[in-house]
Amino acid sequence: MSETTTGGAARPSASSSASDALPGAAHEVRLVVNGEVHTLAVDPRATLLDTLRDRLGLTGAKKGCAHGSCGACTILVDGRRAVSCLMLAAACDGREITTIEGLATNGALHPVQQAFVDQDAFQCGYCTPGQIMSVAGLLAEGRARDDAAVRDELSGNICRCGAYPNILAAVRQVSGIEPTPAEIGADARLRDAAGGA
Amino acid sequence: MNAIGSPISRVDGPAKVTGAATYAADFAIANLAHAALVQASVPAGRIAAIDTRAAEAAPGVLAVMTHENTRRLPWHPRDPRPGVDPKSGERLHPLEDDLVRYDGQPVAMVVATSEVEARAAAELVRVSYAPTAARTRFDPAYGHEPSAATAKAGRPGDTARGDPEDAFTRSEVTVDVPFVQPREQHVAMEPHATIAAWDDEGGLTLYDKSQWVDNVRTEIGLAFGIDEKRIRVISPFVGGAFGSGLRTWPHVAMAALAAERVGRPVRLALTRRALFTNTGYRPRTESRIRLGADRDGTLSSIVHEAIGQTSTYEEYAETTLTPTRQLYACENVATHYRLVDMNVNTPSPMRGPGAATGQLFLETAMDELAQALGMDPLDLRLKNLAERDPDSGKPWSSKALRACYEQAAERFGWADRPRDDAARTVGHERIGSGMASAFYPAHRSKARASVTLYANGGAMVQAATSDMGPGTYTALSQVAADALGLPLEQVRVEIGDTALPQAPAHGGSITMATLGNAVANACSRLREDLGVENGGDLVAALGGRDSHRAEGSSSPGKEAQDYESAAFGAIFAEVRVDPELGTVRVARLVGGYDVGRVVNPKLARSQCIGGMVQGIGMALTEEALFDERLGRVMNANLAEYLAPVCADVGALEAFFVESDDRIFNPLGVKGLAEIALCGVAAAIVNAVHDATGLRLHRVPVTPERIVMAQAARGG
Amino acid sequence: MQPFAYHKVRDAETAIAHGARDPQTIFLAGGTDLVQLLEDGISRPQGVVDISALPFDAIATTIDGLRIGALAKLADVADHAEIRARYPAIAAALGETASPMVRNMATMGGNLLQRTRCLYFRDGVSPCNKRAPGSGCSARLGHDAQAALFGASEACVATHPSDLAVALLALDAEVLVVGPSGERSIPLDRLHRLPGETPWIESDLEPGEVITAIFVPREAAGRAQAYAKLRHRASFEWPLVSAAVSLALVEGTIEDARIALGAVAHKPWRAETAERLLIGRRIDDALAREAGEAATDGARPIAENAAKIPLMARIVTRALQDCARQQAGDPS
Repeated sequence: MSETTTGGAARPSASSSASDALPGAAHEVRLVVNGEVHTLAVDPRATLLDTLRDRLGLTGAKKGCAHGSCGACTILVDGRRAVSCLMLAAACDGREITTIEGLATNGALHPVQQAFVDQDAFQCGYCTPGQIMSVAGLLAEGRARDDAAVRDELSGNICRCGAYPNILAAVRQVSGIEPTPAEIGADARLRDAAGGA
Repeated sequence: MNAIGSPISRVDGPAKVTGAATYAADFAIANLAHAALVQASVPAGRIAAIDTRAAEAAPGVLAVMTHENTRRLPWHPRDPRPGVDPKSGERLHPLEDDLVRYDGQPVAMVVATSEVEARAAAELVRVSYAPTAARTRFDPAYGHEPSAATAKAGRPGDTARGDPEDAFTRSEVTVDVPFVQPREQHVAMEPHATIAAWDDEGGLTLYDKSQWVDNVRTEIGLAFGIDEKRIRVISPFVGGAFGSGLRTWPHVAMAALAAERVGRPVRLALTRRALFTNTGYRPRTESRIRLGADRDGTLSSIVHEAIGQTSTYEEYAETTLTPTRQLYACENVATHYRLVDMNVNTPSPMRGPGAATGQLFLETAMDELAQALGMDPLDLRLKNLAERDPDSGKPWSSKALRACYEQAAERFGWADRPRDDAARTVGHERIGSGMASAFYPAHRSKARASVTLYANGGAMVQAATSDMGPGTYTALSQVAADALGLPLEQVRVEIGDTALPQAPAHGGSITMATLGNAVANACSRLREDLGVENGGDLVAALGGRDSHRAEGSSSPGKEAQDYESAAFGAIFAEVRVDPELGTVRVARLVGGYDVGRVVNPKLARSQCIGGMVQGIGMALTEEALFDERLGRVMNANLAEYLAPVCADVGALEAFFVESDDRIFNPLGVKGLAEIALCGVAAAIVNAVHDATGLRLHRVPVTPERIVMAQAARGG
Repeated sequence: MQPFAYHKVRDAETAIAHGARDPQTIFLAGGTDLVQLLEDGISRPQGVVDISALPFDAIATTIDGLRIGALAKLADVADHAEIRARYPAIAAALGETASPMVRNMATMGGNLLQRTRCLYFRDGVSPCNKRAPGSGCSARLGHDAQAALFGASEACVATHPSDLAVALLALDAEVLVVGPSGERSIPLDRLHRLPGETPWIESDLEPGEVITAIFVPREAAGRAQAYAKLRHRASFEWPLVSAAVSLALVEGTIEDARIALGAVAHKPWRAETAERLLIGRRIDDALAREAGEAATDGARPIAENAAKIPLMARIVTRALQDCARQQAGDPS
């Protein structure tokens, strides 16, 4: 784990007592991002998403709505899925954060990343980091029970290109979920894969 | 070796799954400042006063720009206008005057050292207005004919062949169907953003979300009155656009103005709410269609009226009625197109522009006609299949629509669809089936491309086109790999940069028919330059040189005069309707497509199922709620403008019938982005009728509309 | 977002002191609604007090019932074995709330205090008495199906969007709070207020009061219960209408019934006429429909929300049918 300290444009709070803080006073936080410790002075208004993107240069997490309505900014916080646009960086002191940049190891794609490529689970790619983090989170949370559960669990991540069936296929590839008979009957690729007519 | 036709994974996939792909707002530019818009809160009027003092005093603020302190740009006119621009009216010149034309129009801009500071200061700008009467109601009574320039661009007011009115009155069976399609928004996941950076010599670099970097360069050059050679536009990845990135929107010029004012690079990223009024949308369109037929189902008359909305300052018009004139063999056809000017921002092309709207109207009306005839909806389509273009009389360069109907019906199980009550009922739900045709005219344009062969055996393809998601990077790689006889891994593609050979808009499904052929042509030139036949060793022919570059081009030929070209398809939908709660879920969709040669079946299928998902939205969830009193889009966010989510989407199947259109272009492709949306919503609406007996002449089909229609029916 | 001072507090006393000193102070817990309100300039506090580290996140069964810490995350509550087994209406309501990401972040107390989704409130510009007192209500004559059917005023027709609150009302839950005057409990029915002339005052909480827990009486665990929700999308959307019911059954006869309706009033709404109608009867399909109709008693449509009346009746019927299936031992 390496330590870096990044100075901010905003002034660090002079007082250690939070109750004395003035509006706009910067707040110092320690974030563990993809295993690396960053100590930053942040504007209390700064969201975690903007901080990752504009302060740490981690632009993999995307801003699609800034209101938690699209999931493009999905990351893992302490191992669980979260939308970073609705988190104030100031409130993230000490949190362990994983972004899409932290998923691949030694240049090898994470199995979820590889499954997204294999199943063509995206077109434009903008929602993709959020989708992948959401899938990684749902697998870690043990929620990939069946197709119906996965569809619901991934409904916080909007894909306007409409890659949902391929995203579902990617989840099947990594989770081993078997498609239901109805799904097989309705999808030619699954019929072919099952060897049926 | 055949890369073309192989289901190759996306070559830009690794960049996209690791977060390495850089979209407009992702570029790390030193010393970057940030801009935020102040938007008008009245739909029409004058700015009476702007108080910027509090904003100027706010932390981090570098400039507050209004019409009172921003320089007038020359905005030299473009002649001819690009195909993506309205043919009449004048584009918005931001911060140029005190006139408010619509709610949401930019009236001021704050530049600050961070985005949060810019947006906070923007909240402090106080604007007072002298409102004037606004036209915020869509009133067909105000409908006017398109201008001559618009009509000339394929959007005529009135057309007729035969004697449709007389034929209608003599028809044995008729239907008369009204329909409303509301304003819909592109809502691509990537918000539009522009980073503008001026250099010391007056050159400008723009990192912009665009489907057409050359267009941005030309327009900004004319707007600022500078030679476009001094402008570079960079847009390597586009996070979806569906038409919203075709035009150069006012915020691009605003970003450049801001950067000029503060003497630093500036990023202007539109908020999700601002996107609804600072880019385009699919215009609200109302329709009335009258169909007449003989008892055997032969169409005897089509009279189709459509009225679309546009703004007060630009005349945006669509090819809404083109499918009505071309899809079916009918001797008597009249179309009437009108426009209503409103105090709104100007609409723009959105996937399947015009055609998707027109086919929603036409294909739901055909379903009603089939019902009136007591005929299977599929048989009605087959009965009226147009073997030649019924409008021009020209032959199609290729057409496999009959195969689409037959194969898609077979895969769907149309003949065995549930019809009796017992077979249709599953718990609270009723199963319904519906179908529709799909049609989108195929075009190609002029383009250049280059290919460079290196001594290490690698090749680089370059063109100023884009990839908003369909897979331009991958497909052009495949074309070059085959043309050069190289393994795909040795071909790289660079696009999205005005420094590269000129390309047309990445839209209208023309990219492969245009760029694909330009790349193939460049590869042929390279072979000729090196004097190597097919199968020969190109690298050896370099003869010790590091590399050799060749440029190629492609443009439409005589075929455009002699033939009509179009993509075709057939869509079948199965829905589950809960009649008590009014919910509609799409259980499955099957689409069969004739899109010419398919360069990459894996990516092409993705594009088709993507169109289906947007069609589900069009049918069931999407509507920009416009408050007529305020002149405002009320649900300008992603929580209440409802793009479909994963749980809304059932099993989707898309397949391609055998097709190869070498008349249309040497590569044989016809394009498939637009047709993937066409017909989908109509098939779903028709399936809802099949399940419920209800005809809802309006989308989206919501629980509220279903229960109100039940109440109106009396049950 | 205007500048504010950020304070992280480690104990309730400090939080209460902040709130008592400056009534405009905002408490930050999960942030999933607050950050949206800040982002849009709807909420402009001088101070934000981060209470997320307070020790109020435990879920515990007591002799009297269930105590859910106010800072427990929605996902953890929805997953809790005891809650899934014995208070399934709560688990069901949470399972249909927002997205998995939001459920991992949002807290129970914050969910109850989330603000309306009224489009005219959220846009930050339109006249809205809740956001800008005295500016008028745009929603009353607007086209927004969200508008209230019950308890609306001339000043405000906004609805409360929570799923959770509806389930808790049907289970007769209470909210435990601590504040400058000490601890107290508030029945869920009294936590939220009707808009009246002061729609910006939304809850019964006093300045400085912090929700510490939600208490659900043990009696609720023995009841047949269900939550049913209607929305346009199949997932990730606030309710168009929703209903939670709980029935105390003795040998198949309904001894007591609670029916709560969601997204139809400024607070979760009790359908008392329908509740009374159920008492002493045996649940079956016909009664479920009758009670559904009765649940619309007193509904007053405005603007474009009339369709919600039949939909509300039918969603209540569905929730009751679900209870009937449980009664019959059919888990489907």
